[in-house]
Amino acid sequence: MQTWPILSTVTFLPLIGAAIMFFLIRGDSEAARRNLRSVALATTVLTFLVSILIWTGFDSANPGFQFVEQANWAGGFMSYRMGVDGISMLFVILSTFLMPLCILASWRSIEHRLKEYLIAFLIMESMMIGVFCALDIVLFYVFFEAGLIPMFLIIGVWGGPRRVYAAFKFFLYTLLGSLLMLLAIMAMYWQAGTTYIPDLMTHQFPAHMQMWLWLAFFASFAVKMPMWPVHTWLPDAHVEAPTAGSVVLAAVLLKMGGYGFLRFSLPMFPLASEYFAPLVYTLSVVAIIYTSLVALMQEDMKKLIAYSSVAHMGFVTMGIFAANTQGVQGAIFQMLSHGLVSGALFLCVGVIYDRMHTRQIAAYGGLVNRMPVYAFTFLLFTMANVGLPGTSGFVGEFLTLVGTFRANTWVAVFATTGIIFSAAYALWLYRRVVFGVLDKDALKSILDMSVREKAILIPLIVLTILFGIYPQPIMKVTGPAVEHLVSQYQAALDSSAPKTALLAR
Amino acid sequence: MYSAIVFLPLLGAILAGLITIFGAAGRHPGGETGHGDEDHVTDAVGSEHGHGAPSVHGDAAAVHVAHHEPHDHHVPAAVGSRAAEIVTTALLFVSAILSWVAFFRVGVGSHELFTVPVLSWVHSGNLVADWTLRIDTLTVVMLVVVNTVSTLVHLYSIGYMSHDANRPRFFAYLSLFTFAMLMLVTANNFLQMFFGWEGVGLASYLLIGFWYHRPSANSASMKAFIVNRVGDFGFELGIFSIFVLFGSIDFDTVFGNVGAVAGSSAALHIFGHDFSGQAAITVACLLLFMGAMGKSAQVPLHTWLPDAMEGPTPVSALIHAATMVTAGVFMVARLSPIFAFAPTALMVITVIGAFTAFFAATIGLVQNDIKRVIAYSTCSQLGYMFAALGVGAPSVAVFHLFTHAFFKALLFLCAGAVIHAVSDEQDMRKMGGLRKKIPITYVAMIIGTLALTGFPFTAGYYSKDAIIESTYAFGGNVGGFAFVLLNVAAIFTSFYSWRLIFMTFHGAPRSSQEVQDHVHESPQIMLVPLYVLSIGALLAGVLGIGYFVEGGYGAFWKHALVLGEGNEIREAMEHTPFWVSSLPFVEMVIGFLVAFWFYIANPRVPAELAREHQGLHRFLFNKWYFDELYDRIFVRPAMWIGRFLWKRGDGWLIDGLGPNGVSARVLDITNRVVRLQTGYLYHYAFVMLVGVALLVTWMMFTR
Repeated sequence: MQTWPILSTVTFLPLIGAAIMFFLIRGDSEAARRNLRSVALATTVLTFLVSILIWTGFDSANPGFQFVEQANWAGGFMSYRMGVDGISMLFVILSTFLMPLCILASWRSIEHRLKEYLIAFLIMESMMIGVFCALDIVLFYVFFEAGLIPMFLIIGVWGGPRRVYAAFKFFLYTLLGSLLMLLAIMAMYWQAGTTYIPDLMTHQFPAHMQMWLWLAFFASFAVKMPMWPVHTWLPDAHVEAPTAGSVVLAAVLLKMGGYGFLRFSLPMFPLASEYFAPLVYTLSVVAIIYTSLVALMQEDMKKLIAYSSVAHMGFVTMGIFAANTQGVQGAIFQMLSHGLVSGALFLCVGVIYDRMHTRQIAAYGGLVNRMPVYAFTFLLFTMANVGLPGTSGFVGEFLTLVGTFRANTWVAVFATTGIIFSAAYALWLYRRVVFGVLDKDALKSILDMSVREKAILIPLIVLTILFGIYPQPIMKVTGPAVEHLVSQYQAALDSSAPKTALLAR
Repeated sequence: MYSAIVFLPLLGAILAGLITIFGAAGRHPGGETGHGDEDHVTDAVGSEHGHGAPSVHGDAAAVHVAHHEPHDHHVPAAVGSRAAEIVTTALLFVSAILSWVAFFRVGVGSHELFTVPVLSWVHSGNLVADWTLRIDTLTVVMLVVVNTVSTLVHLYSIGYMSHDANRPRFFAYLSLFTFAMLMLVTANNFLQMFFGWEGVGLASYLLIGFWYHRPSANSASMKAFIVNRVGDFGFELGIFSIFVLFGSIDFDTVFGNVGAVAGSSAALHIFGHDFSGQAAITVACLLLFMGAMGKSAQVPLHTWLPDAMEGPTPVSALIHAATMVTAGVFMVARLSPIFAFAPTALMVITVIGAFTAFFAATIGLVQNDIKRVIAYSTCSQLGYMFAALGVGAPSVAVFHLFTHAFFKALLFLCAGAVIHAVSDEQDMRKMGGLRKKIPITYVAMIIGTLALTGFPFTAGYYSKDAIIESTYAFGGNVGGFAFVLLNVAAIFTSFYSWRLIFMTFHGAPRSSQEVQDHVHESPQIMLVPLYVLSIGALLAGVLGIGYFVEGGYGAFWKHALVLGEGNEIREAMEHTPFWVSSLPFVEMVIGFLVAFWFYIANPRVPAELAREHQGLHRFLFNKWYFDELYDRIFVRPAMWIGRFLWKRGDGWLIDGLGPNGVSARVLDITNRVVRLQTGYLYHYAFVMLVGVALLVTWMMFTR
């Protein structure tokens, strides 16, 4: 269809920016720092602009992969294949959209090793986009794992006081899961003789093998999501990571788990997915209730938002394994929306952290008296986090719940309690930080958001509201692909009904 | 035209919101670092002043402490206050005029149901929900109620809030609320209704917490939102059930297929049981009603409404009396085609409604805060409406909703005028003798009270008495239960209403001399709404009864309300015996006489009575201890469990067995491994050799 490899361009553009910084900019003078920031910003903006072409050129009606590119690699055993469909395309856009905001968010707050920091971010962007574009499972794995390294460094080098503990926890947790996935990938190659994802999707793995493969992939994606009980790395990682690191972590890295479930677990191992769905439901519901209650009692703002992320991801996993249109589409929507909203919430925390250098809720109070614009912004995202209709947070939450209700009402009943808990912890946080009398001396001279900070948050405000009242752009893109996925899944279940009987629990 | 009615308030909200934000941004310039040196002296004064007023009360639980309404007198008004007031009020005014036009076209006229598409919204598989305005008689009745009261409250607020520094924000919230309420009443599917539903919840949250310096206001606003969310939990599950049963959440599709689904074996598996046909619809209806209980403050989800009085008084009039709290009643009326197939659900509604009417009235008997008395009265009147809905008389319920909006808004605005007159005092024990000083307010409040207590030919006389008659006509255990409770509640209503009048306006003044010197009648801009509402409170009943309930019923409602099969309540109501229809009048007189005896003729009686029946008095005064109970069984356990799961679950169990435990074991092992290292090459070579030998052996034997 197109003549130039747009997906590769988008994927590797950030690397070019990183290379420019690495080779061409020397020294640590103010001028050099300015150049570094400008190059990073220009690169990410350019990447975003190019990625827009993917969306405009995307054919929504086509449920298959588009913009497919292909080149042999490693002697034909695997190949370099890229492509996006309705499920993955918007994650690419989400990544490229958030990156310039992350660079802007780091504009002032990073003081040492700026060059390395920005390079790490750009490399990470490449890897993230690669994950969503890869059509070869080995290539996927390479991107998936390689993205860990820059994040590990960002937390470990530029993080808070307990950064080394948090970084290792993050790294080991995710690596452990991924190793099992690598084994599964090898097994799949030996079984199916290909590493091409569309072929693997139509390949029918034997039922017993599906179970093991599913579990291996689950180990990796569940950690990444993160699902209860392998979520404890997330609060630590968020608390210690610099603001932009938290944004990327919450907004994009967590989505790789959900994306993995949709790309691999559901279409490739439908029997196992059905068999294990109750397990996923249980873990999701536990996540929603448990982490919401834990969030209620947090004393650190970032930790609170991190726990609320775990709860929101519970809706996603639940929706995915409901395996009906509303559930899956809702899960995708929830992931995209959470990318915007949780990213924005971490940016909001960053705004006051940059001023006061503390994230303790008790250190704040009454900010509305001096920061009205901030109060408004924070309120809007708090409400989106709570899932107020009219914000993007509602649509995903509602659809996942509808989907789950169709699949299993008990799960939906318990999960719906999440709307009460989320209101409790989010409003209580807001009240303690923003409302009240401003009587702490340290806050008496705090200033409202600067132009730069407003420039970062305004696009997020616009999109959060836009997708809340007019979600059609997302719905149209994801619809056909989701319908296709769900019908394939159902067909696979129907055709192997006797086999499932054999697997009787 | 209908789009204009709905979206003009939104436009007003957005404009006022922009004025607020730009004005605030101008007052508090942004900057990169936290240590700006240009400190604004005025702000510091403002926040400290706001802080001074509420320091007496700890939080919303301390409800019987009298309140002041803390306007920021010393802070200069926000930029564009006047512009924001004019823009929002003018747009609302236009919207209200258009609503009346719509009322005469659709309600009084002969327009059948029609819809106005606006925008597409959620499309996912067979779940389709678009932004569409649904216009029928029920809608236009609500449009008239909402926009009329809202316009008057906007107008009134210009006077009432004139000392407040944050007027643009206030008017933005008011208009935002109006918009959300209009979306609710014009909804054409469950999802849009839910949007309006939560939207009014947001506006209510913002307005209750409008004076954000006050901890009590902050607590009350959170409480309102969260308790409403408990109701919304049921509402959402109800929507899911409807979707599973009907495959659609569109009103037309659902209403058209209720009969078919009720007769079919369409199953709903929920709460561990299979429900089919009518039982499934009943379950869905009960879940939906849970939402209505939250929004309309029915027991046991009523606790937020009295605390919501922390908001400015015009807010109480608009949101917590006339419009938002009636959303639950509206919802059940709108969904009457579904509820008609769920007689069990309707019985539950009657029981809960009648009980709430009684329960809230008992609490209203002993409260001393002028606004809280009216709040409990609202809660009680909403119970009346639900009782009517439950016995299958939705038209009567909506009629009472209509008249109640006028006289209850009037009572609240009068209360606001009283509070305004006595320097922001709300405790009735510190009022008294105001009759002469604020005669217009006094007369208006008398009119409101007459209408509320059902004095002949005022609004309440028609609507409230019709409800009592309908429960009698319904008969049976449920009807009898409701009939008794509603009649008792009617005596109480009359008593607490007249008690309020006597304590506030009659007797000797009990306020300080300083306050008395300042007592003054409100400015015209606040009185005009009182005049208009007084007319409504007097005439809404006599003009409306013919359309809403009696002869014009069919031509007025057309097909907006649907009654269950074999519902003959309207015929039965025409044959109620004389003693039933005259009972409310007798009760009104009893309540009046007792109040007169207690507070005018023999003012020592109440105190003595309270002393004699100390337990009962404390029970009522503390609102049947609902707040304390909920605190014990929900709030504190949730916090305790949260802390437990965090420290023990995450910290000790998961991290202890997981990463921290593993890393500790790894350290142990490495420490031991370190000891194995000797540094002699032949040791290593020997170990390698042994390993190779073992490997070779294993491979040989396994082949």
